[in-house]
Amino acid sequence: MSNSILEVVNLKTHLDTATGELRAVDGVDIKLRKGECFALVGESGSGKSMTALSLMRLLPEAGRIADGRVLLDGQDLLALPEAAMRAVRGRRVAMIFQEPSTALNPVLTVGRQITEVIERHTALTGEAVRARALALLDAVGIPDAARRCEEYPFQLSGGLKQRVMIACALAAEPEVLIADEPTTALDVTIQAQILDLLAKLQAERQMAILLITHDLGIVARMAQRVAVMYAGEIVEIADRDAFFAAPQHPYSQKLFDALPTPEKRGTELSVIPGQVPPLTGKFEGCRFVERCEVAYLRCRHEVPQLIAIPGDATAHRLVRCHLREQGLAPPPQNVSTEVEEGTLVAVASMPVIVEAENLKVHFPIHKGLFKRTVGYVRAVDGVSLAIHAGRTLALVGESGCGKTTAGKALLRLIAPTGGRVVFAGKDLSTLSRNALRKGRGAMQIIFQDPYASLNPRMRIADILSEGMRSLDVGRDDKDRMYRVAELLEQVGLPLEALARYPHEFSGGQRQRIAIARALAVEPKLIVCDEPTSALDVSVQAQILNLLKSLQERLGIAYLFITHNISIVEYLAHEVAVMYLGRIIERGTTAEVLGDPKHPYTQALLSAVPTVDGKREIIRLGGELPSPAHPPAGCHFHPRCPKAMPECREAYPEAVQLGRTRTVNCILYRASKAASSTPGRRGRCGTG
Amino acid sequence: MPVILVTDVLVWLLAAAATGYAFYCRRHPHLAVPWARVFRSTAAMASVVVLGVYVALGLLDSLHFRPELEKKDGEQKAYSSEVLSVLDLALSHLRGRSEKTYSAPLATRSFAKEQIELPDGRQLRDFPRLRFGGAHLQDEGEWAGDVAKRMLTGIAVAAALLFLIFLVMKIIRKRRPEIPWSAAYAAIAVLALLAGPAAALSSGYHVLGTDKVGQDIFYLALKSVRTSLVIGTLTTLVLLPVGIALGIAAGYFKGWIDDVIQYLYTTLNSIPGVLLIAAAVLMMQVYIDLHPEMFQTAVQRADLRLLFLCIILGLTSWTGLARLLRGEALKLSQLEYIQAAHAFGVRDTRILARHILPNVSHIVIIAMVMDFSGLVLAEAVLSYVGVGVDPSTNSFGTMINAARMEMAREPVVWWALATAFTFMFALVLAANLFADAVRDGFDPRVRM
Repeated sequence: MSNSILEVVNLKTHLDTATGELRAVDGVDIKLRKGECFALVGESGSGKSMTALSLMRLLPEAGRIADGRVLLDGQDLLALPEAAMRAVRGRRVAMIFQEPSTALNPVLTVGRQITEVIERHTALTGEAVRARALALLDAVGIPDAARRCEEYPFQLSGGLKQRVMIACALAAEPEVLIADEPTTALDVTIQAQILDLLAKLQAERQMAILLITHDLGIVARMAQRVAVMYAGEIVEIADRDAFFAAPQHPYSQKLFDALPTPEKRGTELSVIPGQVPPLTGKFEGCRFVERCEVAYLRCRHEVPQLIAIPGDATAHRLVRCHLREQGLAPPPQNVSTEVEEGTLVAVASMPVIVEAENLKVHFPIHKGLFKRTVGYVRAVDGVSLAIHAGRTLALVGESGCGKTTAGKALLRLIAPTGGRVVFAGKDLSTLSRNALRKGRGAMQIIFQDPYASLNPRMRIADILSEGMRSLDVGRDDKDRMYRVAELLEQVGLPLEALARYPHEFSGGQRQRIAIARALAVEPKLIVCDEPTSALDVSVQAQILNLLKSLQERLGIAYLFITHNISIVEYLAHEVAVMYLGRIIERGTTAEVLGDPKHPYTQALLSAVPTVDGKREIIRLGGELPSPAHPPAGCHFHPRCPKAMPECREAYPEAVQLGRTRTVNCILYRASKAASSTPGRRGRCGTG
Repeated sequence: MPVILVTDVLVWLLAAAATGYAFYCRRHPHLAVPWARVFRSTAAMASVVVLGVYVALGLLDSLHFRPELEKKDGEQKAYSSEVLSVLDLALSHLRGRSEKTYSAPLATRSFAKEQIELPDGRQLRDFPRLRFGGAHLQDEGEWAGDVAKRMLTGIAVAAALLFLIFLVMKIIRKRRPEIPWSAAYAAIAVLALLAGPAAALSSGYHVLGTDKVGQDIFYLALKSVRTSLVIGTLTTLVLLPVGIALGIAAGYFKGWIDDVIQYLYTTLNSIPGVLLIAAAVLMMQVYIDLHPEMFQTAVQRADLRLLFLCIILGLTSWTGLARLLRGEALKLSQLEYIQAAHAFGVRDTRILARHILPNVSHIVIIAMVMDFSGLVLAEAVLSYVGVGVDPSTNSFGTMINAARMEMAREPVVWWALATAFTFMFALVLAANLFADAVRDGFDPRVRM
């Protein structure tokens, strides 16, 4: 293409590590056209962030660019001296980073940080700089720009900080914007705002965006063209629509298969076996060969090239696969959607294993010399829920809504301030400390971060047997070792793992160990606190499959805490949506996700980027208020598109809509009577 | 008759514990790996050699006994009231040869003029010949030749020894090629080339001069090493249990326990350390003076004061470690594996022992080696002020204290101070370099 603004030719970036030279980026070619959003997709370790840093020449100390050219309007950036490169960074190519909280300098005002960029790269001085900074803050949608300009980063929320970052990046009107996972650290509703903003700015300024992400949903929404990276190479480049209609590389196909969707409910998710090969060695054949189901002999001995597919003139696709020499891949077959409705309904009649009533966790705020309590953070403020044996209840909400605290309070890992938890017929708050300790085995928890959840100083055998020893499960050590071996087999790890330490395992394997640890004491309920949010899609599929099969075999109930709606659709039987410490809507998965009633649920669901088609997005203004000072009346009314004056007066009562469903919104108060009509009950029965 | 001093017992226990720890580390990869990283650093290997020499001196000096007196007929066995160590035996040629007063390094004559009575009865005011230093020389004109000869002999012996070590090194190097043996060898070479001539010269001269009462400075310096090591190590032994227990208890239990412990160390930190130590040491001194019957020898009395100084220093300097560990334990107690342990109903004591303690051990090790050099210096300062070790105990502090007035003399008496400075500097520098390497090896944040 002649109109390409940024062209990367055969870029190779190597990192020096203890185990040898790591080829993080190994021959990447990209052409970025003017005014285009080009997405670079890949799992962690695929080299996508290294590519971005190489373009900006901002590599870490151990890294160096071994080969290749980066042409910006025909000028090779890699040949420029460092001084000239500084004039390019920010001015012609700007970058937004993943973590807005660390990307801004905490001791400078927001205005100062933007004007710094303007002064560095433009001829403007004095008042003109300030005026421009204000205009930029306006442009990125920060309300009350003049006041915000004088504020420090700590006074801003995550979403606002990311907007400021974007304003900084846009300050000198760059031709190319590199966005490295710009919304990964943000909640879905905020993510929707930021993505909208980027799309709007791109259209207005004819900027080229290189979007780096692992989320196919974001790609579907933002990009015009897509490149998939695997093990330091691009394995597929295509136009968005062509890519989403029929991905051509086996790896891309696998990525789509591994995504949990409602259609795959009741079936196993497809997983990619094995791991990304170490990038320190030389490759004889295709890098994906060990994990590929359609690999044949040639794949092992001949390195595939990025080729155009014969008979595919329109989509401008390039694929690195020998198979595609024979033409297009067959379009993906829809997985059979035989959801076992029968089992779903049957499980509803299972007994309730745990029930929380009006559960409250308030954290006191201390102030002053004598640490007087001046107020409370109402992290969990009256949550009631019931989980049936062998079923999964998903607790959904944005960060800061109190869902993790609720989960921990349920297990009494945090002492609740009020309310009752009844587990298997016993009220936990009446139990003595000792009795509670003995009963711990029945309720377990799996954490989000597989790196922090295992003690690095203990061997796997000790980690797995710790709970058993503490709770006197098993007769003696020998008996426990048998059980430990059995557990490893259940979660699919080899026996020799026992003598090893956690750091020798990958994230997915560690999460399996954490699951085995929880299973060791034969729990009836496991609280899963975002167990897959730190994992790649393919590994996430393995863990979800494991959790699902364990539930079927052992009849364990899950409280699944997550913000990922697609997992809920795939795994959960029931859903409870939380907002600012309270459950605002609950019901079966089909009811809540298929036909959300509460305005917040509607907005939340619409904000989730999906791979297939586009939903109408309900835009929410503002951010989650502080749980220390919740808004009067309905907590959601300041952001609610359907708010009425009444909403400000009192917190809405729960309205029962059908047998399994409640919603806390006055919109449905009138239909309370209607909810008992046979018609509605019939509809709920199908869910 | 062997004399068992309290500090001797503790020093040897510590040595045994260190050996035990080394074996423990070999079997636990999470400890063996960082230690292996430590020994891959050239600075660490060189400083280990220097520290090793100091430790060897200190250990030899920690085996005490009372020599048997020559028996007269019919009498029972009697022992001298003087307590000696194995090191004293090795250095007996230095210990016994006291001059009257100051003499410069390698000098043959005293530093101060005296009235000398000549054989013919005339009186002369001149620098008198020393009783031992260079006494073997008939003519002082031979001095230069004799010194040169002795130095060359020393160097020759050292070179021969170094060649032997070189051969041994070659074998070891093949077994563990990743360790920078050449750095260790260089350090050994420097030490040998210094020690060889020093040993050769010391039989005829006072290599580093003598002090006010004529004691050999070289001997005093070697004897001071033990005091420094005792202060540096035993103090940490006192400090560690207090610091670790209070630090992780404050960080883990939080609430009122944390408040109490924080109050304690904030208060302790606000009292000037020297004042507290001076008060405690003086009280101790009064107690010792009032109960002379408890001690058979003066050395035992001085030893108790040394031990007490260690305890006092330890009890006043645990605050830094406790503060570090409190912060770390606060962080760890929020980690998910601790919460998982709570979910298993694991008892608090077990969580502290199995989950918290092993995960703060790198901080403890780093703090220990870092504190060592600080304590060695603190001893010198305290002894200088006069509240440190007993005046009869050899230490760098007492050496400096004794030498300070002579700095104002003309010509200046520099050797006592210079010797104390050099020995202490070498020890502290080696300890600091080693501490740096340990921190690099253990601190996860430094790791590349």
